Amino acid sequence: MFTAIIARDIRLILRQGGGAGMSLGFVLTVIVMIPLGIGPDHEVLSQIAPGIMWIALLLSVLLSADRIFRADYEDGSLELMGLGVLPLELVVLAKAVVHWLTSALPLSLTTPLFGIFLNLDPSLFSTLGLAMITGSATLSLMGCVGGAVTLGLRRGGLVISILILPLYVPILVFGLSASVGSMGADHVFNTSFLMLIAFALASVVLCPVAAAGILRAHFR
Amino acid sequence: MKLQAQTLACERGGRQLFQGLEFTLTGGEAMLVTGRNGAGKTSLLRIICGFIEPTCGRIRLHDRPEACSIGQLCHYVAHEDAIKSALTVRENITFWARFFGAGDVEAGLAAFGLGPLAACNAGLLSCGQKRKLTLSRLKLVNRAIWLLDEPATGLDATAQHRLCRHMTHHLAAGGIVIAASHTQLDAPFTVTLNINDLSAGMT
Repeated sequence: MFTAIIARDIRLILRQGGGAGMSLGFVLTVIVMIPLGIGPDHEVLSQIAPGIMWIALLLSVLLSADRIFRADYEDGSLELMGLGVLPLELVVLAKAVVHWLTSALPLSLTTPLFGIFLNLDPSLFSTLGLAMITGSATLSLMGCVGGAVTLGLRRGGLVISILILPLYVPILVFGLSASVGSMGADHVFNTSFLMLIAFALASVVLCPVAAAGILRAHFR
Repeated sequence: MKLQAQTLACERGGRQLFQGLEFTLTGGEAMLVTGRNGAGKTSLLRIICGFIEPTCGRIRLHDRPEACSIGQLCHYVAHEDAIKSALTVRENITFWARFFGAGDVEAGLAAFGLGPLAACNAGLLSCGQKRKLTLSRLKLVNRAIWLLDEPATGLDATAQHRLCRHMTHHLAAGGIVIAASHTQLDAPFTVTLNINDLSAGMT
């Protein structure tokens, strides 16, 4: 049942578009714009590169968070899923997994490569990628909560940004520190990275419960 | 199995829809819910499957066949079709069969004669065909209580006849059917509940 939702949603995204391709396109445009706006100073670009990548990741995850539940809510599928043998919490988790697989994960894997545009230190590719993969799991799960809250709103995407972006701050801080920490003291990478894992594990437990509770309120 | 509603009252958006609603249905009984538009037919069905909390009273299920919530024993056919237009008819049915747990896809396709359309994109279906696809969920897995909200909308005479036959079979197997409908359905309803009589402040 859990895998049925994942398989169907991935198939839908492959057929309708709006998945990884769109997020990658968005990040690519953002990252290409930065050197144009800031100027071609290699030193400056290299310094801000990890931060820009993280912000691009946050924004693109938010862009698609609005769509996690919307289609299923509008055509009545989500309600029926509320009557399944599978608890609604696990339905939410399946949706989060799909969102992570189709928007956050491809970005996390490829964004360090975009770093070439920003003169990113090649030694950071692996740590940045790893931190992004871990951090983006939390981003997707929190995005589910945002997507659930704004279901009834027509322009939900904008409201999600205001609601959820502040909650992304810890991920941004620890993620950035985990990404660049390996340049300096070695232990910084470890602690920050462990914090990212802790956030991910906590949100796997908490976010589905929160989002499912919100969805039940929407069914009323 | 016995489904019982006790002094149900429902309020939507500050408006009292009905109060003092009572019924008792045992396995094999079917109830037709009638009432004017906005009387609360859909709300009653949604109360039964647990989406809405009644403002007063409660729904009880005695001798339930499995240890699960009433909603998990219900097939709820709502106004929304819950069909993905990017998937084929078979893929739509297969998804719900897997989601509800080991459903019988072929039985679902055969229920309303959708077999020839199986490879067709669900977005291309007509209104009535979409309704058939929605209703075919009833035959995917066996659930004791059928809650049908205007099930016959858009159905042709043959399909309506099939629907009534499925309902009759379900009742014969000891199931419960509650249908809200404006059109006359041919199924053997044992009870008719007119919500209009229960609305508060109506003269």
